Amino acid sequence: MSWAWFHKLGSPKWFFSWSKSWALPLFCVGCVCLFVGLVWGLAFAPADYQQGNSFRIIYIHVPVAMLAQSCYLALGVAGFVFLVWQMKMAPVFIKSMAPVGAVMALIALVSGAIWGKPTWGTWWVWDARLTSVLVLFLLYMGIIALQNSLDDLVLVNKAAAVISVLGLINLPIIKYSVVLLETLHQGPTFTLTKKPEMPPEMWLPLLFSVIGLYCFVAGLVLWRMQTEILKREHRSNWVKQEVMEHGL
Amino acid sequence: MHPVRKKRLLVILTIALILSAAVGLVMYALQQNINLFFSPSQVAMGEAPRNVNIRAGGMVVKGSVKRNSDTLAVAFDVTDFQHKVTIEYRGILPDLFREGQGIVAQGKLKDDGVFEATEVLAKHDEKYMPPEIAEALKSAQNSTDESAESVQSTY
Repeated sequence: MSWAWFHKLGSPKWFFSWSKSWALPLFCVGCVCLFVGLVWGLAFAPADYQQGNSFRIIYIHVPVAMLAQSCYLALGVAGFVFLVWQMKMAPVFIKSMAPVGAVMALIALVSGAIWGKPTWGTWWVWDARLTSVLVLFLLYMGIIALQNSLDDLVLVNKAAAVISVLGLINLPIIKYSVVLLETLHQGPTFTLTKKPEMPPEMWLPLLFSVIGLYCFVAGLVLWRMQTEILKREHRSNWVKQEVMEHGL
Repeated sequence: MHPVRKKRLLVILTIALILSAAVGLVMYALQQNINLFFSPSQVAMGEAPRNVNIRAGGMVVKGSVKRNSDTLAVAFDVTDFQHKVTIEYRGILPDLFREGQGIVAQGKLKDDGVFEATEVLAKHDEKYMPPEIAEALKSAQNSTDESAESVQSTY
């Protein structure tokens, strides 16, 4: 197996030109899918037999909660890659991804609270799922705070990578908290082994908004990475050339 | 792989392994405390402490809800299909409180084994369906219970 693509990804110059052709299409596809999924889910999908219309917040809550976890998984992988291979692009990725993930975790917590009030009867309860997602949000905030409080870039890169990798331990806790422990939060509706506990007219719009949000975030992060690359490589010749040719 | 990278990889993997083992053990030790509520079986087994603030939860037994006609007092049984606990509560129940649905109650287990709740939260399951389908399922269920003939008329 050739590792050329892996080494290419590590080159800021190559990554910059590659990501330029991907960011906009991903972002646009994401926006369209998200729009379709949300309008379909919020206005046209059938209401739930128990919860009525308040269940529709699932079309916001589930995609952002999935993204909050996936973004952290990506952070952990990037941190691992940086610690082992010292790849230059990994800290750029962590820096660009962390605030996006933090926003996703925050929206997941807030939308969950809004959903919890009419259905459970409370905004917040200290059960294992809710608490572990709060920890996830705090991990994101810790990484962001660290990146902004230190001036030494070498130290920042290393410290952020270490926290990203260590925080990975929280992900299985989030995932299995509702299966292994007694929580107020219900178990997973979608599993790999069983049929979803939801008819297609309900999960199809959800699928659209999940795919849409993934593409939206991917495009957004690629843009943020481009900005970060320009900032970090502003002394190199190719950046000067790029700016001369295309402007800022 | 370059020997330096190989060494770093091994160090990180070892740290990760030790850390996950440590967290795993902590979680295992805390398992009783991390659970949000005591199940009726745990209450029956005497694992739940008496006269202190705890949470108990389970499925509301069908036909067990008794409301007082003058006050907001309500009593019902919850079950985990092995044991039952009677819960008494005075207040407004959440909208999703239904017989056959899960609830979590906060309060005290009295010496007579009755749980006096100060707060009742509704727990909903992971199943979602449109009202028409739920209705169809319910009527199909009822008709199979009553007579096999009426099944055909419902479809």
